[in-house]
Amino acid sequence: MNVVSLSVFDLSLAAALVMLMAFLSFLLRLDMTKTIVIAALRTVVQLLLIGFILKWLFAQQSFLWIAVIWTVMLLVAGREIMARQTHRFKGIWGYGVGTVSVFISSVTVGIFVLTLVVNNTPWYTPQYAIPLMGMIIGNTMTAAALSLENLTKTAWQQRMIIEARLALGQPWRESIRDIARQSVRIGLLPIVNAMAAAGLVNLPGMMSGQILGGTPPAEAVKYQILIMFMITAASGFATLIVVWLAARHLFDDRQRLSIKRLYTVK
Amino acid sequence: MAQETLLELKNFSSFDLVPINLKIRQNETVSISGESGTGKSLLLRAIADLIPHKGDVFLEGNTANDYPPNEWRKQVAYLAAESQWWFDTIGEHFQLPLSMQTQKYLEEIGFDINVLDWEVMRCSTGERQRLAIIRMLANLPKVLLLDEPTANLDTDNSMLVESIIKHYQNETSCSIILVSHNAEQKKRIAQRQYQIQGKDVVEVEV
Repeated sequence: MNVVSLSVFDLSLAAALVMLMAFLSFLLRLDMTKTIVIAALRTVVQLLLIGFILKWLFAQQSFLWIAVIWTVMLLVAGREIMARQTHRFKGIWGYGVGTVSVFISSVTVGIFVLTLVVNNTPWYTPQYAIPLMGMIIGNTMTAAALSLENLTKTAWQQRMIIEARLALGQPWRESIRDIARQSVRIGLLPIVNAMAAAGLVNLPGMMSGQILGGTPPAEAVKYQILIMFMITAASGFATLIVVWLAARHLFDDRQRLSIKRLYTVK
Repeated sequence: MAQETLLELKNFSSFDLVPINLKIRQNETVSISGESGTGKSLLLRAIADLIPHKGDVFLEGNTANDYPPNEWRKQVAYLAAESQWWFDTIGEHFQLPLSMQTQKYLEEIGFDINVLDWEVMRCSTGERQRLAIIRMLANLPKVLLLDEPTANLDTDNSMLVESIIKHYQNETSCSIILVSHNAEQKKRIAQRQYQIQGKDVVEVEV
């Protein structure tokens, strides 16, 4: 590896550029000086903190700690999904439906990739297990949030139509089928677009990072392909699961539309 | 014609109405009226098992829970005052090919088979409501729960709707519960009339 190690002085030069920008914003009365300085400080502190945590974690080689980090990522992702919903389920379902979907799909795809594709010893080597799972969870979270939002919002808007379809003797699945299909499609659009445009519009961040880190481009490309496929699979499973769970929960045991299980967030 | 009880409500209540007991025979039509907000629609939707209810509802001696929910709703069909459409064309909302009977009803109510190609967006409220009735009758329901079926229609359209419903009843001996504010219409169709007074459902003299 021919990585150029950055010294404190190197980073200070970069920091000087940011300070110059902050000073310019003061001169131009952009009212941004304080914001820029605080954001820059946060970057330094947060990333250093993460750096230390990763350094410590990489030294442990303990599956227990990996599992703890994964769990924290999943719980945060579940909160993010809920926070993006304008029509949320009441009670534990509001948090649970997104979290469970992301959990099942991310862990399944993540462990599949780590054990069968990357196949390191041990398979949970943190250098792979943490960033791979982080990328899967992050992207899956977005897909699940989009799907869920579309499903519950559309069901809310079209509740009269759903009930009319039930009244005509359609089973619950059929009465919400079109909305469910559209919701899965919407969740998958970002990653499908990213696959289609990969390398043409932008160089994916991970690949750029690997190349900067000294990895030969051919290797970096292979990893990027792996990541994209992994994210696609995990997003696909997560949207299917979240749409199925949520659609099912919109109906009670007598297949009545229980739209009151949702509440609107202003 | 047989005059057996087809639909029976036993201590049946929805929303905050007082539990009611009601037997409706084959071929019989019962009307329910009451001020808006008293729960007429909720009562009909509860009978169709579209919303929860207390007490029991029987069709030919079997409770709603004896049927799969969608099967019950085919037999005990609820028609809302405002018809709902979710595909682009009329035909997509029907099981094709149409039965002979459905075709006959379509013609009786003033359409020909080409109506299946019509775009829903271009149909008037009256046309949509008439087509929604044909769509419901295609399931061959045993009970019709009609929620102000002619509220949005002019006199001519209303008479067409009434005649097709009467015709269906003559052919199938179905029972009908009709929510209507039109005194003349109730007199023409219903043999018994009920009114929601306060939270109670009481029979009124015709």
